[in-house]
Amino acid sequence: MFAGIREMTVRMAELLLALTFAALSAYLMIKSAELPIGWIPDEGPGGGAWPFWLSAVMLGSCIWVLVNWVLRIGPVANNDGPLFEAGMFAPVFLVAAALTICIGLIEGIGVGGFGGIGFYGALPLFLAFYLKVMGNHSWMTTILTAVLVPVVTFLFFEIMLKITLPKGMTDPLFIPVYAFFYGL
Amino acid sequence: MMEIFGLLGQGFTVALQPFNLTLIILGCAVGLFIGAMPGLGSVNGVAILLPLTFLVPPEGAIIFLAAIYYGAMYGGAVSSIMLGIPGASTAVATTFDGRPMAKQGMADKALTTAALASFVGGTISVLLFTFFAPPLAHVALTFGAPEEFALMMLAFATFVGLGGDDLAKTIFSICIGLVLAAVGLDIMSGEPRLIFGNITGFMHGINFLVLAIGIYGIGEMLWTVEENAKAGGKSMLSEATLTWARTKTNIREFLGTWKITTMGSVLGYFVGILPAAGATPGSLMAYGVGKQMSKTPEKFGKGAMEGVAAPEAANNAASTGSMLPMLTLGIPGSPTTAILLGGMVIWGLEPGPALFESHPDFVWGLIASLYAANLFAVILNILFIPAFIWVLKLPFTILAPIILTLCLVGGYAPTKDMHDVWLMLLFGIVGYLMRKLDYPVAPAVLAIVLGPLAEPAMRQSLLISSGDPMIFFTRTYSGPIMVVAIILLFLPALMPLFRRLSGKKASKAEGGAS
Amino acid sequence: MLQRRGRTLGVSLGMVGATALVAGASSAALAEFKPQKPIEFVVMAGKGGGADKAARLMQSVIAKEKFAPVPVVPVNKPGGSGAEALVYLKGKKGDNHTIMFTLNSFYTTPLRQKGLGVDVTSFTPVMRMAEDTFCLWVNSDRKDINSVDDFVKAAKAKGKKWIMAGTGKASEDNLLTDFLNKAYGLEMKYVPYKGGGKVAKELAGNNADSTVNNPSEQLGFFEAGKTKPLACFTDERIGLFKDAPTFKEIGKDFVYYMQRTVVGAPGMSDDAKAYYKDLFTKVFNSPDWQTYRKKKALQGDALSGEDLMAYWKKERDVHESMLKKMGEIK
Repeated sequence: MFAGIREMTVRMAELLLALTFAALSAYLMIKSAELPIGWIPDEGPGGGAWPFWLSAVMLGSCIWVLVNWVLRIGPVANNDGPLFEAGMFAPVFLVAAALTICIGLIEGIGVGGFGGIGFYGALPLFLAFYLKVMGNHSWMTTILTAVLVPVVTFLFFEIMLKITLPKGMTDPLFIPVYAFFYGL
Repeated sequence: MMEIFGLLGQGFTVALQPFNLTLIILGCAVGLFIGAMPGLGSVNGVAILLPLTFLVPPEGAIIFLAAIYYGAMYGGAVSSIMLGIPGASTAVATTFDGRPMAKQGMADKALTTAALASFVGGTISVLLFTFFAPPLAHVALTFGAPEEFALMMLAFATFVGLGGDDLAKTIFSICIGLVLAAVGLDIMSGEPRLIFGNITGFMHGINFLVLAIGIYGIGEMLWTVEENAKAGGKSMLSEATLTWARTKTNIREFLGTWKITTMGSVLGYFVGILPAAGATPGSLMAYGVGKQMSKTPEKFGKGAMEGVAAPEAANNAASTGSMLPMLTLGIPGSPTTAILLGGMVIWGLEPGPALFESHPDFVWGLIASLYAANLFAVILNILFIPAFIWVLKLPFTILAPIILTLCLVGGYAPTKDMHDVWLMLLFGIVGYLMRKLDYPVAPAVLAIVLGPLAEPAMRQSLLISSGDPMIFFTRTYSGPIMVVAIILLFLPALMPLFRRLSGKKASKAEGGAS
Repeated sequence: MLQRRGRTLGVSLGMVGATALVAGASSAALAEFKPQKPIEFVVMAGKGGGADKAARLMQSVIAKEKFAPVPVVPVNKPGGSGAEALVYLKGKKGDNHTIMFTLNSFYTTPLRQKGLGVDVTSFTPVMRMAEDTFCLWVNSDRKDINSVDDFVKAAKAKGKKWIMAGTGKASEDNLLTDFLNKAYGLEMKYVPYKGGGKVAKELAGNNADSTVNNPSEQLGFFEAGKTKPLACFTDERIGLFKDAPTFKEIGKDFVYYMQRTVVGAPGMSDDAKAYYKDLFTKVFNSPDWQTYRKKKALQGDALSGEDLMAYWKKERDVHESMLKKMGEIK
């Protein structure tokens, strides 16, 4: 599958994205139609009208893009070059995947009763991965950043601004920390 | 007139007390930092620090919060320019040209322009505020749903030219923004709408920030990761140098944009006054009109100094403007002023038409403090520019994960729901692909801001008129606004004709008319 | 994947930690329970609205008077007329650090959206802080309208063209409008807006003919002489508007209040219950809250424990029958 994406042409990607968007538009139209989409006498448009007709316009513009694609109108539809230049796919994919895993680790994804390791558990892992693997920094820089950034985040957001971030199962570990800051 | 000077003088004796002055400086500094964080804007700053103000007298409290508000408006531009992530909807228009400038190694120039334009906008609007508060309050009060809708149409019309070259994709982008704006609750029928099988996370709708941070934060990072890989890991997020000579040139060049900056200030102020409009439509309209007024409109979107000056002047002016309905009518012109109103209630003041008479010290102290806050915000902002530039010099592979961290916090903080963080990731990846395939993304972000304002206004109007669309055209204020909006909407089509007939004149007249 | 999951494991671990620490530091505190981390204060409405303002006032009082050792952090969850907040609190079963500030959508939303599976009696009653009142308002420019009779005459003459502005569909304002329509044989058109402040402004700007605002929402305009109350949906006349009778006085026995109540997560421990009762009693008795109550013409005494639960059950039944009459539910 990865090879497929890596070697995909721009023209191919254009087709796939337009088809996906067309399907999305149709789906949104169906969902919007759960509320009245017509003109209610004395009242104006129904609750579903706004999203329904705008989704219809979306679908129309997707069809327009597809027509351009078939007729090879415009630079994108004529671009038979690769979507990702050689060696460009891997870094983008790695960052996107690392970010996805990081978000998944914060509160879990509702599978297997895993409650997540919280923001302060997932963040250092993400930072360490990024600095070491993507950036090729020294272990010193990596560890320093992976520790300092979450600590500063905690101090700035939680203590100063009182914005609490999700902690998942690491929650009990923070009780002594709060006790320290609030003198409990 | 003399009376106003007397009252203003009294106000300054309040604002310039050492304690209040300290609060102003502190507020500006705190606001600047909160505003510079992607995802945190003046609303968060004011809401978070509200409880602190209980410890000081009401004058000091409102002065502190107003200073935060101002500081955050300045700070919003910093995140837009340096990272390309608008920290709040008011700063979206600043990214259009501020970001390209930063990428071309002119971050210092963009930051200086933003700071100075904000100062001009703030000052002009406070002057307008000082002398024309009560009559304008009356106009703002008569604004109903039809006027609001007309105003939204005008905002749409002014930025309709901002899309890419591909019309089909631009239309798609606008519409998807408007549809995403409809997610949540349909307030007219009270029914949940587009919540995809009772997923609770969709019930509060899709916050503008989720889409903006997704597209401009995560999407832009992925884009930069790719560019960075192309450049063999050498590329910077933004390149910038800062020298005294450059700063002098920057300031001189900024002075050349005075026409557009003044226009942005005045326009922003008047749009800001209108309830429910606030600073976002103001800054968009200023950008659109600025493009029309400019001698080099083709540079807009590619790093034009005027493209930073116009919206920045406008959003600061609008933030002052939105305080007018708050003080005189007790109705908020923006989410931030809604919180300020809450604060006034907490301090035991009754905002509303009687406030000017019942608490002149408070009102005039606030107005005077706005002059001071403006001055300190611009000084602090300029003093911090070297620090911002230094941050940009960090290696990309250290800066990128830190920015992504801020994106995660920024996506989570407004609603405290992980659902929104997932959504933000999805928007980021889709936005990245859209960019690769030449879909313009800015129209979608703007549409999600204006959609929730436009749709209810339209339907309320039609409900009032029993379904007769003429209501938009027959009322004193909505009629002319609507006509101008429609002319502007079709202007791009008519423009070549105008150009042939009278050269540049047509576009100038249009800029003045709105 | 996008759906939120309860954090049972984290919570139970948290409780173990909490009890251990409390046992270690068993001081002579009023209650056994002491918060170990910031208290999450869910607000069932958006930022800047009436409920949000009151919640942030309470937060400020707690911070100023140092009633609690940890910060109380308001979190706005306005989605789905409060459905989002209710589902969220339901998922926090057994949590001692989550409380919520509610309005009457606390009854109406679970009734209208049965699919949520929310039973409000499963929540922990903490304290009713006040009841907000409602009055019928018109613009002061209407010199011809000075009583409910004048109002009925004018509204009848305009029929469906008479605009009644209110906050949201099937909301408190909508219930009251329906009542007036039925009681006086009117056909007023109800136009929903977002937020009571906006509604008040529509009336003052003559974009609506009448409203049923809370006094707090109209106070500014009232004091400036822009709007006037005709009658109130209360048991007794409101001190601020001595000239406006109650509907009871003029022969329509209709009394309606909006609760401003603090609710705890379901299954909160008894110690925590006692702690929050004590905390909000302090807030209730604070001069700031009392001044606020007076200024905003709020009524309703402090109510907690079983009394509050009984009040909820009564009010829920009242709302159920009202919604049925409106045809909103079967």
